[in-house]
Order: sequence, then C-alpha cells, then structure tokens
Amino acid sequence: MITLLEAHALHHRFGRTAALDDVSLTLRRHEILAIVGESGSGKTTLLNALSGRLTPQRGDILYDDGGGPRALASCGEVVLRKLQRARWGYIAQDPRSALRLDISAGGNIGERLMASGARHYGDIRAIATHWLEAVEIDPARLDDLPRYFSGGMLQRLQIAATLVTAPELVFMDEPTGGLDVSVQARILDLIRSLVRRLGLAVVLVTHDIGVARLLADRLIVMRHGRIVESGLTDQVLDDPHDEYTQLLVASVLPA
Amino acid sequence: MQGYNFAYLDEQTKRMIRRAVLKAVAIPGHQVPFASREMPLPYGWGTGGIQLTAALIGPDDVLKVIDQGADDTTNAVSIRSFFARVAGVRTTTRTTEASLIQTRHRIPETPLRADQIIIYQVPMPDPLYRLEPSRPVARRLHAMVDYGAMHVKLYEDITRFGRVAVSYDHPVMVNQRYLMSPSPIPAFDNPKLHRSPALQLFGAGREKRIYAVPPFTSVVSLDFEDHEFNPQRAPQTCALCGSTTSYLDEMVIDDQGGRMFACSDTDFCEQQRQAQHDHAA
Amino acid sequence: MAYVAVKGGEVAIGAAHAWLARVRRGDPSLPQIDAVQIEAQLGRAVDRVMAEGALYDRHLAALAILQAQGDLIEAAFLLRAYRTTLPRLIDTEPVDTGAMRLHRRISAIFKDLPGGQRLGPTTDYTHRLLDFERPEPEPVITTIARTASPAPRATDLLGAEALLEPDPSGTGEPADLTMAALGFPAGRDLRLQTLARGDEGFLLALGYSTQRGYGNTHPFVGELRVGEVAVAITPPELGFAIEIGDITLTECQMVNQFAGSKAVPPQFTRGYGLCFGHADRRAIAMALVDRSMRAEDLGEDVKAPAQNAEFVLSHCDNVEATGFVEHLKLPHHVDFQSALETIRAMRRDAEASDARL
Repeated sequence: MITLLEAHALHHRFGRTAALDDVSLTLRRHEILAIVGESGSGKTTLLNALSGRLTPQRGDILYDDGGGPRALASCGEVVLRKLQRARWGYIAQDPRSALRLDISAGGNIGERLMASGARHYGDIRAIATHWLEAVEIDPARLDDLPRYFSGGMLQRLQIAATLVTAPELVFMDEPTGGLDVSVQARILDLIRSLVRRLGLAVVLVTHDIGVARLLADRLIVMRHGRIVESGLTDQVLDDPHDEYTQLLVASVLPA
Repeated sequence: MQGYNFAYLDEQTKRMIRRAVLKAVAIPGHQVPFASREMPLPYGWGTGGIQLTAALIGPDDVLKVIDQGADDTTNAVSIRSFFARVAGVRTTTRTTEASLIQTRHRIPETPLRADQIIIYQVPMPDPLYRLEPSRPVARRLHAMVDYGAMHVKLYEDITRFGRVAVSYDHPVMVNQRYLMSPSPIPAFDNPKLHRSPALQLFGAGREKRIYAVPPFTSVVSLDFEDHEFNPQRAPQTCALCGSTTSYLDEMVIDDQGGRMFACSDTDFCEQQRQAQHDHAA
Repeated sequence: MAYVAVKGGEVAIGAAHAWLARVRRGDPSLPQIDAVQIEAQLGRAVDRVMAEGALYDRHLAALAILQAQGDLIEAAFLLRAYRTTLPRLIDTEPVDTGAMRLHRRISAIFKDLPGGQRLGPTTDYTHRLLDFERPEPEPVITTIARTASPAPRATDLLGAEALLEPDPSGTGEPADLTMAALGFPAGRDLRLQTLARGDEGFLLALGYSTQRGYGNTHPFVGELRVGEVAVAITPPELGFAIEIGDITLTECQMVNQFAGSKAVPPQFTRGYGLCFGHADRRAIAMALVDRSMRAEDLGEDVKAPAQNAEFVLSHCDNVEATGFVEHLKLPHHVDFQSALETIRAMRRDAEASDARL
C-alpha cells in the first residue's frame, strides 16, 4: 500500500506544555487510523497539524497527491486551501461550527462543489439530493435550514457536506462526541459503511476505545504529547504492552 | 479658488492616488488600499470618487457628475459645483461631451468611448462583506479565489425565491480572476461594464480602496449555467421621452398610489426628446 | 522625602472645585457666555443634551452645557440628575408625527413624492471648508415657507401596496423606562425608549457596524422628517385632550429589504428612530439599531453586536457608562492590595514547581 500522509518528528509546545513531543506516523491510502488518548494528550493538536490547520514548531508533514511526497510547509497556502476544499475533508465534533445554519441543507452540501467550480444549479441540487439519501436524511429536507435539525441530523449533514467532493483523506475529531448513545451507534454505522464504500483514508481522533475498535485499522495511543503505543487495532486492544494503554483498555467495559 | 491647490488636493496626495490607480489598472478588479483623505464632503457622499476625480482632472477636462443617473440631483449638483469652484474646469450634463464622468449608482445609457474615464463612487468595495464582515479574512478569500460562499448565496436565492434576489450591486468576476463590487448600480447596468472602451475607476473613500476595470476587460455577472443573469427594469415606458429600453425612476404623484415612470438618466431622456423634436421639425 | 499620608480630602476637594470654577470661567477679560446664547446658537448641542438627558427643556439643557464646559455627556448627566427631582404629573397623548409642521422632509426611496422633498436647514450639501471670516456676516432674512398641509408618510405610500410590513409596534399601554427597571426580554417599546436616550456615539457606531456587514439590515431611508408637533394631555377632570405646547422632533422611518424567513414572507421591514430636536444622525442610527435588534423576532440569525438587544440596551446609556468607566479612577487600593498578594503567591508556587522539574 502507498503512503498518503507522513509525519516526521513533530514537536509543538503551548507555553510550558508539550502538546507534541517527537511524534512520527504514516497513513496509507484507504487506511483508517485512530488516535486515542485522554483530553490533554495532544491528539487534537496532532490532528490539527496533520490537516494543515496548525503549523508545528518542528518536524515535517508530507502528503502524496500521486506525484510523490511533498512537505505541507513548502506547498504554500493557496495549494493547501485547495486541498482542504476538495481532496481533504474535516469533520468537526460540533457540526454547528462547521455548517452554515442560515443556509439550506442543499446549500451546505453544495458549497464545496461551488467552491470547486460547479456552476450548474440543477446538477448541484441533484448531487445534494443524492448525498442526503446517502446519509439517510429525507431528501424532502433539501431546502430546509439546518437550524431546525436534530444533533444527529446535523452530524449526518456535515458528513454529506464533506464527502460531496469525493475526498481521498478525511480528518475526524470526535465525530460522535456530542451525541446521545443511541444516535452515536447509528452515526458510527453510517461512517463505517461510507468510509469502506468510498475507500477513504481517515485520521480519527477519539477518546472512546469502542469507536476506535469499530472503525480503525490501526491505532496510536498518545499521552503527554508522545505516542506510547501503536499497531493494528485488535493487537493493541487485545494485548496492550504499554502500562497506560492497559489502563485505558481496562477502563472500558467489555462489549 | 484662492488658498487652495488646483482641484483641492495637494500634488503629493494626487500622485499617491495616481500610483494606486496604476496598480489598480494593472490588477483588474483587485482592491488597492490608498491613504484616503478627509474631503470637504462627508464620507458616504462620494469621497472616493471625488478624490479620484481630483487626482485625475486637468484644466482641459470636461466634467459630468451624476447621482442616480441624474445631473440635477442635489449631491450631483454639489459635487459639480465643488469642482467648478476648486478646479475651474468646464462642466457639462452631456455624456458625449464629458471627458470625466463621476457617478453614483448608474452608468449612463449613452455608450462610453475610449477617450472617456468613468469614476464610480463606492460605499462598500468588498463584494464579500455581507458574507464575511472581517476584511482580513475576506482579503485571504480573494487571494485564494475562494468565492464558494458567494455562489452559495446565489444558490439560496434561487432555492427560496426562484431567482437571484440581488437587484443592485450584483457581484461580477473581472478578468476571470477577482470578484468585484460594481458599486450599487442596478443589475440592469452590469452588462455595460463588460468590455467597455472607457477606463472605469472605482473609489471608496471611507474604506480606503481604489479598484479598476481597464478598457475592453471581461466583466461577468455571477450566475449559474441554468439560471442565467437576468437583470430587471420596470416594464413601463418613460412618460417624458417614451423610451422602452432605459432604466426608469418610479415617482409617486399622489397619495392614492398614483405612479409615474421616467428615465433615470436625465441627459439620455433630454437627448431622446431633442431628437424627436428635430425629427418632427 | 518624608512619607505623607493621604488625608485631608475635604481641603483637596475644596481647592479642586475653586480651580475648576476658574478654568470654567476662562480668561476673565473676555465676556461670559450666557445660556441664552447657547440655546440660540448651539442648537444642535442643546438637542443632543435634551435627548440624552431625556428631558425636553432647551433652556435647562443650555444651562447644563455651560456648567459642563461644553462636555455634552456631563451636561446630559446634569439634566438627568435634575429630572430626578421632578414629579411626574401626567402622561401626554401620543404625538402625531404625521401632522408635523415640517422644517425638513426627505425620502431616499422616491425621487419625488406627494408633499415634495424639502431640505430644510441642513448641512448635507455644504462644502466643509473652514470659514475664517469672523464674526459671520449676518444672514439675509428670508421668509421661510412652511408646508401648509401635512405630508403623508413615505412609508404609508409603500404600505398601501402591502410591500412593507405593518407597523410592528403594539397597541397596548407602553412600558415606561423611567418608572421601571429595564428587563429582558425587552419589548420594542422599551427598546425604542432606551435608544431614544442612548449615547449618540454608541448608536452611531452600532448603526455603522451593521452597514459594514456586522448584521446587515439592507436599509433605505424611507423618510426623514424634522418639525414641530403639538403635545397634548388629557386632564382627568376635563376628560378631553388639550394642547400644552410644541416640541421639535426628528423622525426616521427606515425601510429594510428583507428576504423573508420561515415565519415571514419576503417584504420590506421597518426600523424606527425618533428623538428630540433636529438630529438626523441620531434618528437614522437609532432606526438602524432598532431594525437590527428585531433580528430574532424576524427569524434572522443573531450574530452581530447590534443584533443582541441585551448587549445594546445594557450599554447605550452614556450617563451609566461614563459613571462606571470613570469610577476606575476612584481609590481601589484595598482590592489592589489583595490582588498583589495573590499574584505574589501564585508566582512563588510557579517558581517552586519549575524548580522541581
């Protein structure tokens, strides 16, 4: 498998706290990588660095768009924004912060298409309708404002609005974090089936071992800004070597 | 006028403005910051346009000033008399006679020529300001050609009203690169911006920006392939000259809802009537 | 130098007041200004102080301006403090601005309309060139024509076509800001009362912010009118209204383009400004902010400062604001001493933990 994204020796400090302390990793095409750890472990800083939202103080991030690996830091803001607008996606924990609540569901889904040059109103609507169906929202809600949507529907809409440009790499920050347990399970199912069907590569941040077990091929465990353990998800969770990972796994009730 | 330089501004300030104009012409549609000065008319009255006019006008120029298309509206009269006073130049109401035309909210009906400059007064130079009020953020969006939000706005209009609800200041793409505010001209006037032989300059005094559309530059009103830009004019006929193609003002003539429609471009209306008169004679 | 304990406040205050009186008087070789002159020649300052002082009395406002050395917020404060001492005898009937004897009436939305456009005594089209000629030559006295018949409101002409929403103000007994504390949510009656006496600079800045994209309201000045209206009261013993005098008011009817929402169809909506005296800026700004604060009622997203009614209303009173901002210069050394000790303790802790690392 070909490497899509690579991080080398990332370092980043916030004041006296080391948020990233010598972090390296690789992500392959079509692979789902989970970053787990408790809050303050540096996992969100790592996600922000990998997705180009934060420039780490030291270290390199390389992305291979098919033409060979290229350092994000050297590709410039214009190229980076283009990547973020089409080939990459970012799914935030709070869909309200990512969506435009005063713009219809269709407009929200259409935004990334239009930003990438789509100029046919009818086509944009047809694609938006298709995506509402794909995330199991009634297509009759196409012209409704998301302001009146439930939390679960908002998250589905954010997923549709992100995947509409067929990205190859999606970053997810606690995508089910703010939802009721019953809704969480359905959203996780949806994410799992879409990710497999579309062959996406995903970097997923979660503090929930259960979410990682369900979605991820590989797993890294972070603590105090360092990677304390990494490997195939089942291996790490069934046979944790690091003391902290053992604690983390033990604290989860058996399924 | 004694005690003041020709055309009010000092020569240094004029040069500063001309440099901004040159840059603006070199990058069509891009908003160039300039050190806008306080003028003896308030911000909002056309200080950007006045500064451009002051920086460009020479003793041989013939100046026309219109507001809402008309030469006789109070603000147009005021600005014209200002330049007559501080520059002593010849003024005119005839579009064809003018070498410099300063305008607020209209483009004359009479097509402009290559030896004319039209100066627009601009209140809000950034077409994105309603979607993104922060100017530093909007500037980045321009740099990244990130205009998706503007199309989302048009998408929403069509979805909710079946048409684009922007009736004036309809945003345009200049030279396939910069999204630009045409100033609050009615959408009806937008097509006149496209490949105009005249140099078109835009001045926003309060917001301290100058931008330009050089002669024969492509200016395309934002739309969708299947919902083409379709500007509106009142379907009536001008009550004075009978024009069915010019942009019309609506006037209330009584308190029973009586209305009258007449050309907003007073010079055009006058010329039409003159031509009819000559023809009849 | 020996330490001098800060005592003897009374002497200091007495000396400060004597100095203030001298500064206020200025060069004694120059004639004193009289309040009558201020009333006659600084009319706009008088208007502003009456509005922010929430008391219509030209002479008292002029007196306050003089006493405050031209500091208009201080003058409004003086007027408010005086107003406190006045009993409220009776409520007037609502004034009828439609019957206003007009000095000025302009509409930005029609080129012409019944009743005509009337500029009145405006600086709108003057060229702002400092005039060094003093004293000013006496102006030529011309007879000022007044419109005999009242002009219809431009907004009524629009409303006839149902393109403009009906006036959203209620019909019941209005709330009274002077008799009860401002509470939230505040109805439009309370909001308008608060704005009418709000700080002109604050209203101006907020109104301006909406025009620059922070809560845009797509405004058009439907009509701005200035003139005199009759004030009438209905004494209970008479049972009918009698006119007791005239006041000068400025009224702005804003017409705002509105795309509609789930609850309201596309139409023009209203913003309203009304204030004492001749004050275009205040009335227009007030109308912008009034419309902005209706965002929530009209189903618009509330994002910008001017749309947040609680924020706007809680901070627009300049007598309250100046008091609290300026009170920072009063002694706070007891609080400061405790802050000092806390910072010292926190730094000690931080240094100790650094040393452990």
